[in-house]
Amino acid sequence: MTDTHSAPEHSGHQSSTALSPLADPGLPPHVYRRADTEPSAAKKAERQVAILFGLSAASTIAFIASFVGINKDVFVFIPLFGSTQAQQLALGITLALSLFLIGAGAVHWAKTLMPDHEVIQERHELRSSDEDRQGVIDVFHEGAEAAGLGRRSLIKRTLLGSVGLVTLTPILLLRDLGPLPRKQLETTNWAAGRRLITDPGGIVLKAADLQVGSVAHVLPEMPKGSETTLNDLVKDAVIVVRLRPEDLNLPADRKDWVHEGIIAFSKICSHMGCAVGLYEQQTHHLLCPCHQSTFDVETGAQVIFGPAARPLPQLAITIDSEGYLIAKQGFMEPVGPSFWERSS
Amino acid sequence: MTTGQRIGGNLANFVDERTGAGRALKKNLNKVFPDHWSFMLGEVAMYSFVILLLSGTFLTFFFIPSQEEIIYQGNYAPLSGLSMSQAYASTVDMSFDVRGGMLMRQVHHWSALIFLAAMVVHMMRVFFTGAYRKPRELNWVLGVGLLTLGIVEGFLGYSLPDDLLSGTGIRIAEAIIQAIPLIGTYVAFFLFGGGFPGTIFISRIYTIHVLLVPGIILALITAHVLLVWFQKHTQYPGPGRTEKNVVGFPLLPVYMAKAGGFFFIVFGITTFLGAVASINPIWLYGPYNPSQISAGSQPDWYMGWLDGLVRMAPNWETHAFGHTVSWNILIPGLIVPGIMFTGLALWPFIESWVTGDKREHHLLERPRNAPTRTAVGAMALAFTMVTLINGGNDLLATHFGLSINQIMWFSRIGVFVLPPIAYFVTKRICLGLQHKDRDTVLHGRESGRLVMLPSGEFIEVHEPIDQYARYSLTNHEQPEVVELQLEDAHGVARPGSVKEKIRARLSRGMYGEQVQKPTEKDLLELEDGHH
Repeated sequence: MTDTHSAPEHSGHQSSTALSPLADPGLPPHVYRRADTEPSAAKKAERQVAILFGLSAASTIAFIASFVGINKDVFVFIPLFGSTQAQQLALGITLALSLFLIGAGAVHWAKTLMPDHEVIQERHELRSSDEDRQGVIDVFHEGAEAAGLGRRSLIKRTLLGSVGLVTLTPILLLRDLGPLPRKQLETTNWAAGRRLITDPGGIVLKAADLQVGSVAHVLPEMPKGSETTLNDLVKDAVIVVRLRPEDLNLPADRKDWVHEGIIAFSKICSHMGCAVGLYEQQTHHLLCPCHQSTFDVETGAQVIFGPAARPLPQLAITIDSEGYLIAKQGFMEPVGPSFWERSS
Repeated sequence: MTTGQRIGGNLANFVDERTGAGRALKKNLNKVFPDHWSFMLGEVAMYSFVILLLSGTFLTFFFIPSQEEIIYQGNYAPLSGLSMSQAYASTVDMSFDVRGGMLMRQVHHWSALIFLAAMVVHMMRVFFTGAYRKPRELNWVLGVGLLTLGIVEGFLGYSLPDDLLSGTGIRIAEAIIQAIPLIGTYVAFFLFGGGFPGTIFISRIYTIHVLLVPGIILALITAHVLLVWFQKHTQYPGPGRTEKNVVGFPLLPVYMAKAGGFFFIVFGITTFLGAVASINPIWLYGPYNPSQISAGSQPDWYMGWLDGLVRMAPNWETHAFGHTVSWNILIPGLIVPGIMFTGLALWPFIESWVTGDKREHHLLERPRNAPTRTAVGAMALAFTMVTLINGGNDLLATHFGLSINQIMWFSRIGVFVLPPIAYFVTKRICLGLQHKDRDTVLHGRESGRLVMLPSGEFIEVHEPIDQYARYSLTNHEQPEVVELQLEDAHGVARPGSVKEKIRARLSRGMYGEQVQKPTEKDLLELEDGHH
């Protein structure tokens, strides 16, 4: 080795730096492996490595055979893991074996036959010498001097200014990534008179369709020809529950937002916008599976547990002359998670 | 000379005459690498990344990054006639109609999980052995960067199929962005090209997932490995091993064969997992629809701690001056993770400030010999484990018949109480192990042989340990406390700044209590035969 070492610098530390009080006995004596001393053992190890590589090749051939030979409609059942496509399983297991056996062979080769004498190499200190450091500083200064950076301040300033300004262009170019929010987060398709249709199914709901204890997932009925997008669903989804009217305990100003115990809430969690899809019929609780915020239907979806800070917005409903459930008005507050511009 | 040798020689000559590569190779081909099982954890991470690149490239040939809604007409009957995005449909198609497609998807997902797990365990090894100390602090910071990017990359990746579970995850990410005061709503609208979910985010995160983030990860891994190469690997202390040498096997042939072989072993095991253990069965989740949800929604494990934090957050929200600040989202979603990762990145600098130790370290420390560091690590792990457990609180509740509210309260309290307990217990264990080492050096190891003395007394015979073991057990540093200097160089009393006081206090906490290792005197007495 050409490495030369210089003593690492010990600075700024007063502790006892001596390590062991004992003298370093050096590396323990080398223990020879059987393959190092007995040619027959070495021969055997060589055979083992070759067998591992050979099995890998065989497995790759099996991979090719499975790729061509197994029909992808064949399914097999493996205990614990269930039913699976036979071809994918065969491809996976044969490929896994091909790869694993190459690795096992290489490692076995290294461990049994390659030299296992530990080698000592010196480390050298990472810090450059003082001369080298000074040299860098000198070259740098010379360069700066030659370019006249110090003297020609006009160039320096205009350069900094122009580079600074040009870095703003990407920010400008990214402007058209999306529209400004405006009032989009605060509006939904719910409006006075909109009928409630089931989702999925699209059946227009009548009050009589809902028994006490039942629950329906609904959307507003849209004019013919208009298409419902996911962006509509994310704001319009509503969950309707029917309770016995005497079970409800709503604030005074919302008493007439329900129809004979049928009460509707935004299904979009006021915490992070997941669908509040779990209704516990016995306790009249709505639960969001994402973060377990729990809302009490009886009291107008007040938060009784979990990280949500606000009740689910309630949709005022009533029935029209034909007995269909309709919205009395749109939502009175934005639905979904909070945002900076939200005022309540 | 055979034909093969001649061609090889000519090729080598061609390259060397144009690059001078020979000089660099000569210097590096016999580089020595210390051998220890814990050094292969980082290798697992790197190999998993290679597997990710290979399997991911395959997936891009079949995946269509589009949210265009289509009606599914493919071969998987249960989804027939359902409206779904191209992204989801193409993922289902590649799973069932492309030979090996399902396998590659599974291999890709499994290697992502292993990539993150290997990074975390590798980082724990580096932390608990003090490998991040000077001169390797920069590589530690690069590692923290890689872990962060790995988490982001994994999250974006499992969001691509646009299934019900991942769409829910994206919705939650959107809510976190939207909660940022002042700019949140705007950032969300720019990222999603309008209101959530829009029709553009899949193709946008696709570019970020397959090009931008992997590019940066690749560059950082290169820098990470080059630094290891350049600074030479650390080694465990022991006879013959010093701060000034490296003891191990040369790159060629042993290390190369082992490392190369190990790549195939990792690849093989990952493929086996992909073949038999199906994860993320998106065809069972169904396509994303913001008005639907499945119970037991869980992110991948490396996001679990974040989800656990969000779940346990108190429901605080401030409404003032016509604006809303969602502390229930900001604290667990941004502030606490920010503190965690900043603290992680700064740890080497904090430790070296407290200890005043500015020297280079190439010998690792056994965790027991740095009790405070080990205890701090245990504390951080305890914190993360509580949050991770809470991230699966719904599944714990259903699987073990527990009350979800009780698990939540256990986590809310445990996240404050358990880390200090972990700190305290770990520190005591470390000091206990130091005692044991001291006893082993001075009195030998317990042989398990009981002898009855003529007096009737029973004793256990202790056998002395050999010189190598004795050297290993005494070969560690015991730094002293950095005391507050209350007099200046001229003997004049000075009060000491607040900074110095904090440092002296921390230093006392760190080194104030240690088990004195055997001194030279103890050992001399031992050799004279009286113990």
